[in-house]
Parts: sequence; C-alpha cells; structure tokens
Amino acid sequence: MSALTAGSALAVVLPLILLFGFLLHQGASAVNVDFFIRLPKPVGEAGGGMANAIVGSLILIALAGALGLPLGILGGVYLTESRDRRLPWLIRFVADVLNGIPSIVIGIFAYTVVVLPMRRFSALAGGVALAVIMLPIVLRTTEEMMRLVPASLREAALALGLPEWKVILRVVLPTARAGIITGVMVAIARVAGETAPLLFTAFGNRFWHQRLDQPIAALPLQIFAYAIAPYDDWHRQAWAGALVLIALVFLVSLAARIATRGRYSAVR
Amino acid sequence: MTTAAASRSLSSTVVSARARRGWGDRLFRGLARGAALSLILLVTAMIIGMAGAAMPSFRAFGWRFLYTSTWDPVAETFGALPFVYGTLVSSLLALVIAVPLGLGAAIFLAELAPVWIRPPITFLVELVAAVPSVVFGLWGIFVLAPWLRNWVQPALGASLGFLPLFQGPPYGVGMLAAGIILAIMIVPFITAVSREVLLAVPNTQREAALGLGATRWETTRIAVLRYGKSGLIGAVLLGLGRALGETMAVTMVIGNRPEVAISLFAPGYTMASVIANEFTEATSDLYLGALIEIGLLLFAVTVIVNALARLLVWSVGGAVKQVRE
Repeated sequence: MSALTAGSALAVVLPLILLFGFLLHQGASAVNVDFFIRLPKPVGEAGGGMANAIVGSLILIALAGALGLPLGILGGVYLTESRDRRLPWLIRFVADVLNGIPSIVIGIFAYTVVVLPMRRFSALAGGVALAVIMLPIVLRTTEEMMRLVPASLREAALALGLPEWKVILRVVLPTARAGIITGVMVAIARVAGETAPLLFTAFGNRFWHQRLDQPIAALPLQIFAYAIAPYDDWHRQAWAGALVLIALVFLVSLAARIATRGRYSAVR
Repeated sequence: MTTAAASRSLSSTVVSARARRGWGDRLFRGLARGAALSLILLVTAMIIGMAGAAMPSFRAFGWRFLYTSTWDPVAETFGALPFVYGTLVSSLLALVIAVPLGLGAAIFLAELAPVWIRPPITFLVELVAAVPSVVFGLWGIFVLAPWLRNWVQPALGASLGFLPLFQGPPYGVGMLAAGIILAIMIVPFITAVSREVLLAVPNTQREAALGLGATRWETTRIAVLRYGKSGLIGAVLLGLGRALGETMAVTMVIGNRPEVAISLFAPGYTMASVIANEFTEATSDLYLGALIEIGLLLFAVTVIVNALARLLVWSVGGAVKQVRE
C-alpha cells in the first residue's frame, strides 16, 4: 500500500515536470529581449513581443491590489478583533465560499457592475474582477496571521495606555507583517494567471493602452488568443508567454514561502 | 491555546471599558466592520446583478432552459442542456481520476512517507496548484490532445471499443481530454486539503490502533481514514467545486460543440466555456441573458458544493483552521 500511495504522489507532481519540460523546450527559444520590449506584430510578420501585455498585467495587478488589499486586511482585522460571535462566523463562511466561486462568474459580476454602466470594456473592470478574487484570500490570511501574535504583546501595548486602533496598527499588524505579506503574494500569484474574468472586462488590446477606462492587454489573455490562433509563429509566442507567466507566478509563490519559513513550521 | 484565548478576552474587556471614550477606536472599528460587511454586500450584489441581467432569458424560456438542447443564437432559442451535461460529465470524469490519486498522495504525505521527503513533495503539489489555467490549456492543446489522438484513444477504442463510452473517431480534443486536464488541475487541491484533514486527526487515534497490534496500513485505514471521513468528503467536494467552474483549460481542449454525446471521445461544451467563448459576441439582451443565466446556475451550484465542503472540512476538529484556495 505504501508503494501505491507513493505512486499516486508521484502521479500528482508528474504533470508539473512534464509541463515545465515542454515549456522550457518550446518557449525558451522565443523568449528574447524583443519579447519584453516590443508590441505584437501583425500576422505574417516574424518577431514582435508582448511588452504591452506584460505591462498590462502589472497594471491590472496593481489596480486589483489597490482595491482589494485595504478591504481584505481591514476585514481580517475585524475577524480577529471582533467580540461578536455570529457575524465573524458568517463572514468567514462567505469568504471561503467566495473563494470557491468560479472566476468566470466573478468576471460576469464585474461586467454587470462596471462594463455595463460604463458601456465599454476597461482596465478598471478587469481590476475590479481581480480584486474580488484577491479579497477572500487576503482576508483569511490576515486573520490567521494576526491570531498568531501573542496576546502578551497587545496587553503590554494596552497597558502603556495606547488606544486599541493604535495597538493594532503599530503593534499587532507590524508583528504579523511577514505572514500578511505572504497572503498578499499568494493572492497576487493567483490573480496574475487569471484569464477567464478578464475576457469580457479587460478584453485585451494589441497596442499600448491609453487610459484606465480603455481595454487593456494582459499576459494570460494574450497567451489564450495566440494559443487558439492557427499561426505557428503565434504558438511560439504563446509558449514564450506561458514560460514568462509561470516563472512570474512561481517566483512570487517561492518568495511567499521563504518569507514565512520558520514561522510556518512553528505554527504546525 | 485556552490561556491565549482567555487573555485575549481579558484584554478585550479592558479595551471595551476604554473604547467608550476613544473616537479613534470607534472610527477604526467602524472601518474594519465595514470592510468585513462589504464582503456580504459583494455577494448580495453579485446575486442581484446577475439575476437582473438573466431575467429576459428566464422570462422567455422558464425552466425549459435547463432541459432543452437547442442553442441557436440566430433564431434566439436557447437551451442549456448540452452545457450542463458537459460540465457534469467532465467534472465526474475528473473526480474518477483525481480522487484515488489525491487521497493516495495525501495518505503518503501525511502518514506513510519518510519525514524528510514530505516538505519538498508538498511544495511541488502546491506549485501544481499555482500553475495558471491558461498554461494548462496551452499544454493540453499541443501535448495532451495529440498524445490522446495518436496513442490513448486508438488503444482504448481497440480494447474497450464495445462500450459506447469509447466509440467514435479519435479527435484528441473532447470530453476525455477535458476530464484529464481537469483531473490534473484539481488533484493538488484534493491532496492539500486531505493532507490537512489527516494531520488534524489526533495522535491518540493512531497510538490506540498501533497499541492493539495493527500494522501501519491498518492503522491508517481504521484509525485515521475513518476518523477523518467527513473531512475527506469535504476535500473531494472542494475539488468538485473547482472542476465545475474551471474555464480556460477546459475551453481549450473540450472541442466546444454543443451536443450531448455518450462517447468520451466526442467534443463537448461546458457551462463555463460557453460563457468564455460567446459572452463578447452576445449582441441581444436575450442572448446575453441566456449566458448570464448559465453563469447564475454555475454560481448556485458551486456555492452549494463549496458550502457543503467547508462545513464538512470544518467538522473534523478545529485543528484544520484554514483551507487554502
């Protein structure tokens, strides 16, 4: 039985190794300086890159962070500090359920609240969709990490006469900082690869975007568009894009892990 | 734990005595409460907004929407059956593949593996979960589908071709490809959550079984798996929730043909894929309404599955405090 379970563990991680091998094999040759600094070329012309999509993805992530992080962290603070019984339970539950809602449904939500009233696809709509995806992740990690702060620390601060809000902002949150940053990075790694909610919010753009109320390119969208197109040259670009995207996601995940090394094992 | 909780409630009572005076505290508490409540507001807005936008379709087709299979945007006749069918079949196929593997891997990581090997493999499993859907889709189009078309489907057709499940021409893309790619994508979730559930089983359970002379495997089976059963079911349901709503990878390999076909080799279509493919093309209110109604249905199903899963996972000891996405 032991061997069987070891075999299934191997089967779970095997696709990762296969996938990574193919990405390196197919994508590495197409990743060059042009890829990072040039706009996509029209069909038939060789070369070009995804500079606009890379910048677009960064802008979308920044927008999502600006909208989602303050709400998520404050919400997490509420969950730890509240003395109420029922409301925090409900919010925790809603957060976990929201976390499980398909991202495409969140895309529809952003479409109904941002795209329909504005009557156009926009970077803003994409940012809202990604923020909704980030929110529950950040909220729950903030809560977990704040709970790990020893009560004696709070008590010491309170005994010095600080008001509660200052204790939280100046003592509890800074102590839990590394853990919260991890949660933020996990959330960023998650939304960086999201495609479905951007299809009809950010929409994609083959050029540099001008304003936040205009459609904007994103790396995952570009990969999708190139993957289903019938041109070999675009396929190569798609592989290169996937390699860059996955490298970004893995680096962020790895950084998140290193940030909490030690702390994490102490929790378990 | 209990002393920490006690001292926290003590510090809270101290604070509540002071809080009556501080406007800063009241402001801060109001802000935090507002942020938390915004989550509930968000989900409410989601339901109301989508229900409103789906109204034209609901008025036109009623419940017929769910069990008719004509999807004709030109004639504006919409029935969602092929999509519901595709979502269910591809998700079930994924579960059939992913559940044994995920549970096996979780048992290995939590119970049987040598301790030094656990962290690196757990980390790799987490990385699989972090791979973006669109990257799996790309791999599915260019590696998985050709492999299925050239090797797996001819072999299956030759050996099990008498079953209607394995008949028809081998396209590569289709229900089978979708099921496999979904399995690859949900298996890390099932593994991770099951592992947390198994780790939450108290050690006294294991010691008791070992003390009675059970072998390692018997201990796992009798004392650990049985104890964590409801949590493990929750883990499987979480995986199901993921599979039902997974969009990009499936859209790229399922073939996107709105038909109900028995064979796993045939192309299909899922609820999430039809939204992804046709949303920006939907010009009339009715067409858009039909797509949003599918989204609403997907929302309702995943909320139910996830809610059930959370309650089950939470039921196995408070030790499993958090289940990551």
